[in-house]
Amino acid sequence: MTGLDEPQRRQRFEPASAPFSGTLKKVQAQLQTSMAFSFTDEQEAFREVVQRFLGDHSSTADVRRMMETDTGFDADVWRQLAGELGLTGLVVPEEFGGQGFGDVELGIVMEEMGRALLCAPFFSSAVLATLALLESGTDAARQHYLPRLASGELRATLAVAEDGGSWDPADVQMIAADGALTGQKRFVVDGNSAEVIFVAARNGAGGDVGLYAVDANAAGLERRALNVVDPTRKLAELQFAATPATLVSGPDARDGLVTALRRAAIALANESAGGAQAMLQSAVDYTLMRVQFGRLIGSFQAIKHQCAELLLEVELAKSAAYHAASAAAERDDELPALASAAKAGTSDSFMRAAIACIQLHGGIGFTWEQDTHLWFKRAKSSEVMLGTPAYHRELMMQHWA
Amino acid sequence: MTEMSEDQVRADVRAWLAENWDPNLGLIEWRNRLADSGWGMPAWPSEWHGRGLPVGMAPVVEEEFQRIRAVGVARSGVRMLVAATLLEHGTEAHKAKFLRRILTGEDTWCQLFSEPGSGSDLAGLTTRAEQVGNQWVVNGQKVWSTSAHKADWGVLLARTDWDEPKHQGLSYFVIDMSQPGVEARPLRQMNGHASFNEVFMTDAAVPPDMLVGERGEGWAIATTTLMHERRNADSLRTWTTGVGGDERIYQEEAEEIATAMAPYTWYPQRAGRVDMVLDRARATGKLEDPVVRQEIAKLLIMSKSAEWTARRARAAQQLGRPQGPEGSLGKLASSHVARAAAHVHTLISGSDAMLAGADGPEDGIIAEILLSVPATSIAGGTDEIQRNIISERVLKMPKEHRVDTGRPFNEVRKNTVG
Repeated sequence: MTGLDEPQRRQRFEPASAPFSGTLKKVQAQLQTSMAFSFTDEQEAFREVVQRFLGDHSSTADVRRMMETDTGFDADVWRQLAGELGLTGLVVPEEFGGQGFGDVELGIVMEEMGRALLCAPFFSSAVLATLALLESGTDAARQHYLPRLASGELRATLAVAEDGGSWDPADVQMIAADGALTGQKRFVVDGNSAEVIFVAARNGAGGDVGLYAVDANAAGLERRALNVVDPTRKLAELQFAATPATLVSGPDARDGLVTALRRAAIALANESAGGAQAMLQSAVDYTLMRVQFGRLIGSFQAIKHQCAELLLEVELAKSAAYHAASAAAERDDELPALASAAKAGTSDSFMRAAIACIQLHGGIGFTWEQDTHLWFKRAKSSEVMLGTPAYHRELMMQHWA
Repeated sequence: MTEMSEDQVRADVRAWLAENWDPNLGLIEWRNRLADSGWGMPAWPSEWHGRGLPVGMAPVVEEEFQRIRAVGVARSGVRMLVAATLLEHGTEAHKAKFLRRILTGEDTWCQLFSEPGSGSDLAGLTTRAEQVGNQWVVNGQKVWSTSAHKADWGVLLARTDWDEPKHQGLSYFVIDMSQPGVEARPLRQMNGHASFNEVFMTDAAVPPDMLVGERGEGWAIATTTLMHERRNADSLRTWTTGVGGDERIYQEEAEEIATAMAPYTWYPQRAGRVDMVLDRARATGKLEDPVVRQEIAKLLIMSKSAEWTARRARAAQQLGRPQGPEGSLGKLASSHVARAAAHVHTLISGSDAMLAGADGPEDGIIAEILLSVPATSIAGGTDEIQRNIISERVLKMPKEHRVDTGRPFNEVRKNTVG
């Protein structure tokens, strides 16, 4: 299907020297056999490019500015991220105008975005929608959508969950009949701003789950932004009333959607690992400038020991996230278990890191002015997005035990 | 030392083994040949039973030994740590007297560092060595000394200067364990095993030439020993079974190892035996219990993540990259894993968790897990000390304010016991 399936997968990447100069040139580098446990030099260079970009475009001032808007992102930054860095097409095969990278590189991008808390429809469009099309779309649908998704000129999202808040395609109730959808989708990431919505729906009552494309302006579609705990990630509720929709998958898209959501969960796990790292850094930095009782609070063992535990938490989270990304890139048989292990482990770690970061800041950590709550809220939404930690632990057990 | 290629080394050791290896030799006779030839410790200096080869060549030599199932030098206990310390800090006389018999296994050693009053704060130890006439006279008590009751020699850290700050008043000695002033008693642990000793020294004598390094250098030299302890931890752990075979030398080696390993039969249990969890859960039917499943899953995620973190550290090392934080976290991670595993074993066993020995699950192994896990977060540096090290070295946080350094030890409040 894509370069992912080639046994000798090659890396195509050359770090752009600052300033970012057009689309990234592609070079070939041998994949290291130990890639599950260390990144290649090329991947490290790629991380630096992404880091630099986010350093310039996603300060906490930027995050605060964007989270107050309805769409939740800066169109200029999106254009640069798509055009100059080519990130929107990161995992899209080259034949569809993408970069043809895999889940490890996607993990790197997500980790850095989690660290910088970038406000952009990357997860909805470049991850959820793109992976859903890649894993379950027909050739025609891929031809139609992927080039524009890759270039960033089209922003799409994926709508699976309904009232029950389950992302398991088996739980989908919405019915497609006569080329139209009727019903409700909830928790749709960037659902209020996406231009195309890919919707999981059943072909008649009790029928197979297929993937349907709905234009944002379609008749009978009502979109409502949900009031969210995490303003850096916009969610919407979508009401469909005989809304025209096009089937973009084969008759049974369930397996493809499960795989797409699994890969998205791994991407989210990497984002959480990056968020947890940001919380650790923030906590340590603060304890090394805050003076109480005549000394830096970072010199008290009560504080140091919490930070050491936090470091352990973060490194274990990274290991789980990296390992799962590598398993996804190599289509490892253990992918289902590893994806769930990473999702459960990292979302717990991110949450704990955010809680500890607030605690280590003391009173100011509970204020709006201080930045920790921005990550705390993302940690909360990532904790339950695509399934709670307990749900994923149970899935993991079903595959491992 | 001349530059040698891997192929040359391989050819050399192969030729030597072809000429010399004989499984019908006695263990000591064979190891004397190893000490003479230098092939037993290829990275040691050629004048002291080695061949002066780069450390990276040692695995090549080891492979050749394994290929023909040749037995290596003795490795049990603290002997390799002592040897490394003597190589670095000992006199020629020390090396001549001790190194060969360390390698042959003829001499057994123990380490006399920790005291009842000095565990984490090792430098606060109060065992006293005084110069009386032409010798050192030692008085004090040591603890957690493995196999001290069988040891011929001990490496001893004792205070020689009480007016110096704590780290500067210590000296490093070799002490004869067979003298009447040294008494080793087994120390029974909460899990019923007695793997360590308490050692009481009452006017024990140490000749002046058994001081290692200079008077007052004890802390720096002990640090060498402890550094090797950490470095060797991996390789020593794999050394548990011996080569195995019917010929005389294999039998002798197996006997040696059985004796040396006897105190450690509970070590796998103290790490929590995560490997037993799924089978136990299946056998007891608890795998169907959703609460237990959640706890098992948490444990597996943690222990797998810890394993992957260790592999990330090794991979970085192999690539010659600077060590990241992942390298210093293993010990702390293993404490968490062990505790979580004990918790899960308890959930799985239910009421049976009250039973030990033949009445207990898995012929008492589960009880041994539950009663051994508390050692994991203490032995080899407590979790609290690990957290200090991690926060100071990795996160660059300041040291806790100290009141005991830089002042004469006499003026510092002494560590209390109990």
